[in-house]
Amino acid sequence: MEASTAERPPPGEPRRIAYVYILPAFFFYAAFVLLPTIQSGWLSLFDWNGLTAPTWIGLGNYLTIMTDPQLRIAFVHALVLILFYSLLPISLGLLAAAMMSRAKFRGLTLFRTVLFLPQVIATTVIAVVWRRIYAPQGPLNGVLNAVGLDGVTVNWLGDFNWALPSLGVVGTWTLFGLCLVLFIAGIQNISPDLYDSAKVDGAGAYREFLAITLPGLRGQLAVAFTLTTITALRTFDLIFLTTRGGPGTSTTVPALELYQRAFLTSQVGLAAAIGVALTVIVFSVAYLIIRFVEDNE
Amino acid sequence: MISRTERTLSYLILAVFSVVIVLPLMGLLLTALQEPTGVSSGLGVPTELHFANFSRAWTQGNFASYIRSSVIVTTAVVAVTSFVSILSGYAFGTMRFAGQKPLFYLFVVGIIVPLEAIIVPLYYDFRALSLTDSYWALILPHIGLSVGFGTFWMRAFFLSAPRALIEAARIDGASSWDIAWKVLVPLGRPAILTMVVLVFMWTWNDFLLALVMVSDEAVRTAPLGLGYFQGRYTSELSLLAAASVIVATPVVVVYIILQRHFIRGMLAGSLKE
Repeated sequence: MEASTAERPPPGEPRRIAYVYILPAFFFYAAFVLLPTIQSGWLSLFDWNGLTAPTWIGLGNYLTIMTDPQLRIAFVHALVLILFYSLLPISLGLLAAAMMSRAKFRGLTLFRTVLFLPQVIATTVIAVVWRRIYAPQGPLNGVLNAVGLDGVTVNWLGDFNWALPSLGVVGTWTLFGLCLVLFIAGIQNISPDLYDSAKVDGAGAYREFLAITLPGLRGQLAVAFTLTTITALRTFDLIFLTTRGGPGTSTTVPALELYQRAFLTSQVGLAAAIGVALTVIVFSVAYLIIRFVEDNE
Repeated sequence: MISRTERTLSYLILAVFSVVIVLPLMGLLLTALQEPTGVSSGLGVPTELHFANFSRAWTQGNFASYIRSSVIVTTAVVAVTSFVSILSGYAFGTMRFAGQKPLFYLFVVGIIVPLEAIIVPLYYDFRALSLTDSYWALILPHIGLSVGFGTFWMRAFFLSAPRALIEAARIDGASSWDIAWKVLVPLGRPAILTMVVLVFMWTWNDFLLALVMVSDEAVRTAPLGLGYFQGRYTSELSLLAAASVIVATPVVVVYIILQRHFIRGMLAGSLKE
């Protein structure tokens, strides 16, 4: 709907009064988003403890991000989370949507409401939900014990190897419904004629998926990749409220490091640099995905 | 056209996915209703329903105050964001002026600027103005972060509004202000409602900004209160679960009533261009 209307030139003669209408929104945006963004960039060039005079160190903080083992591992963890937040939900959603009927059918609205539910629940609440599930005496280990798998029960969030994947699964749980809803809607918009002619050509289910479904979902895939990747990169609440980056540094992520450097260990300039780096990555991801979609159109 | 096996498979897939989503949430609800002292494995259904957990969380956990703060902040953010976004969207959607395109893209960029990009200087700016630990420290940045989407969203509506209507009103001598509020806005209720529910949800569910800006208990929002509560009441799982349900309920209720608006906005919001 939005795409077609965006092409039309705006109506009406040139109106200078437009600036007056834009001014209030622009004021809030400039004062509380644009200005602080510039300040972040400036601040990131200093060594500052938040109290005494800052010292200019140029790109020193960015060098620290690339060399400090704890910060490097935080960005690596963000990549691991992309696997769980983005690739896994999208694959699951694609697989399920491809196996489902392409026709509209009854009851879809109800399912859609349920599948979308994790999107509207505060991450703070989701953290409580999953901390309970992963607790040493919690339901997950309870189920494993009940089916005789006592051997594999661990303290999921307290284990060096399991904590990060366990948190990743929470992301998968939060986002796969969103992906499925997107893809079901997308497939229903693909012209049935395309599928009919593929059938005439004798294409199997697999060929049909590659030749028609996948290209037809280009737009939805771009949305899904952008949303889920950005969510993964920005993960904070869930980790702050469950493991705080631990055990050790096994679940630390960029946003958590930013918070701790800025407000606990007084490395304010470094924290600003982490914020800038994260922003650059977020924008690059969004840009690359949009470019990729446009190139294939 | 649609075979029975195909349909059965579709329902089966949806049912499995739905159960996976609902089960953990049901677990939370049941924990909130179990005996306060009970240390259950969380698998069984409580034998008796203890609704008293909710009133204890409300009074003892101070959630009455946290919810009040959240309501104040969210109401202010939604009201101001909607008002200024309708104005800016109206200008971008119905008028022509120099610098229109770059200015619009500047707003669109605001949709994906992460809070992490601005949180550090924002804290020091507000502290310099002695505004940390106040509702202002939450309201103003949230408006700033929401007007990008709001402008983008309302522009799309104003672009789609029938142009003949605008021309007719103009010929009748209506001012641009009257055309916006008396002619177009009444038509745009669904679009405005979608924006309202999304901004409401983003603001209500925020944790990071509140964590950084607020330490005073009187200004704490509901998700922040839940964060602190979680640290204090680790042994009383049922109370924590009840508090979580209280925090989640307002958005979930609005979502169930207006789910079409949520889904449309969250999907179309990024489906642009």
